[in-house]
Amino acid sequence: MSLFSDIYAVFWADLRVLRRRALRTLATSLVNPVLYLLAFGYGLGRGISFEGYSYLDFVVPGIIALTAMTSSFSGAGSKLHVDRLFYKCFDELLMAPIGTLSIVFGKSLIGVVHGLISSFALVAVGLSVSPSFRASPLLPLFMAVLIISCFVFSFLGVLAALLVRSHQDMGSFSAFVIVPMSFLSGTFFSLESTPEALKMALYLLPLTHSSQCLRAAALNQPFPLASLIALICFGIIFLTASIIVLRKTSV
Amino acid sequence: MYSKNLLGRSLLEEAIVTENLSKMYGQIWAVKDLNLRVHAGELFGFLGPNGAGKTTTIRMLTTITKPTYGRAFVDGFNVQEKPEMVRKAIGVMQQHLSLDRDLTVRENMELRARIHHLSADERKKRVEELLDYVGLVEYADRTVDELSGGFQRRAMIACSLIHRPKILFLDEPTVGLDAHTRRRMWDLIRRLNADGVTIFLTTHYIEEAEALCQRVGIIHKGQLIAIGSPIELRGKIGLFTVVMVTEGGKFAYKYFHDRAEASKYVQKLSNSNSIKSVVIRDSNLEDVFIELTGGEVIGE
Repeated sequence: MSLFSDIYAVFWADLRVLRRRALRTLATSLVNPVLYLLAFGYGLGRGISFEGYSYLDFVVPGIIALTAMTSSFSGAGSKLHVDRLFYKCFDELLMAPIGTLSIVFGKSLIGVVHGLISSFALVAVGLSVSPSFRASPLLPLFMAVLIISCFVFSFLGVLAALLVRSHQDMGSFSAFVIVPMSFLSGTFFSLESTPEALKMALYLLPLTHSSQCLRAAALNQPFPLASLIALICFGIIFLTASIIVLRKTSV
Repeated sequence: MYSKNLLGRSLLEEAIVTENLSKMYGQIWAVKDLNLRVHAGELFGFLGPNGAGKTTTIRMLTTITKPTYGRAFVDGFNVQEKPEMVRKAIGVMQQHLSLDRDLTVRENMELRARIHHLSADERKKRVEELLDYVGLVEYADRTVDELSGGFQRRAMIACSLIHRPKILFLDEPTVGLDAHTRRRMWDLIRRLNADGVTIFLTTHYIEEAEALCQRVGIIHKGQLIAIGSPIELRGKIGLFTVVMVTEGGKFAYKYFHDRAEASKYVQKLSNSNSIKSVVIRDSNLEDVFIELTGGEVIGE
């Protein structure tokens, strides 16, 4: 049987669950980004200009990158870690004649769908409030980077869900990795103004590259190809690590 | 594949073979040097108290957990070398509810059918067939969370049978079920076995092993301490048990191979002041277990 049909089989079940909860999922994933948009874009950032753009224009791509990350990560990781640790229905996949790549990729796809649903809703908001975003000729590139970002953070969600040993561990991973990355990866501020050493450290975070690429595409700036390559490398690392972890834990 | 000569039985006759199968967690042996053979078509019971190593054994046999050492063959395939072939041959019903609670019974069955590569037509046909087989037609479109414990178990069995497995592993299939539901589950298990499915069943219920299984292996602290048909196992200690209640209210047991011997012993006791009451009954697997483990009570 083909790899694609196995991946789809794993994805199919998660898609059925999402179908029942689509509205709730969308609403939940939009609460934080909309609050950030109101607080930073209209509140704190009113009247501030950044790199020649209004702060609202500047911050919208960052918030979209942040939304793609959190929604994809939790979309892929939340149900998977519960299914693996508590309901044990993940074991059923391990006992089926399908490969680890199919399981990891199939489980990641639902995170991608979660990420894209939330991000597209934010893109719609961004297009209506940000004139520069609306006018950018690089919107197709923006969409491509957004999809890649969703894959990268879905793979991270699957990796975290396969590594954790308790519900608390998943919370800790989110608190120590996802939340700091949300605020430090150039989502709300420009990396140009940060000290060199800190900047180097921030380039080790995948969200930094995602925000850089999305912002360049949204504001029609020179596109940071190196960041796109770095983002893809992060995706490959997370996917490979997930497959290794899964192979180590089962026969 | 393992050697036919080594076993002395043909591959078709042996559904499960383990050779010194062992698993260590930390410093504790969950299973130690398990040597076991389950014949094709057999309804085999793996009996032991909680924590004896039953579930660990099932997890190793079903490719979920790696053995620390030793080998296991299921349907003729080495579990570690050919896990994908083993997975095609087996169905597993885990001890806990392992269905996706957010999906309906039908969707859970369809998922299993998809990951076992059934074609669209086969999927549809097999799902309907099994819903009917386990008596869940009316409940097919309810989510698993909406079902009672008994119906959830039936749905789990239906899912585990979707790809027509030769060997079915049932890990404590009736734990937590009421008496009526348990009996209905027993009927279903017997029917499956009569239809040709080899069944490896773990339980800590003595009466379940006695009522269902053609052969029983008793596991204690990770080690197989006895194996045979229920009557053979009872024969190891004696087919008759004299149960004595002492003045202090304590129970004492003595085993005999024939009733006449047991009656003679009871007559001798009639003069004893320290025995309050005495009764002769058939021995059972609980007696075997207690005798072999030096007085520990099953289910502890």
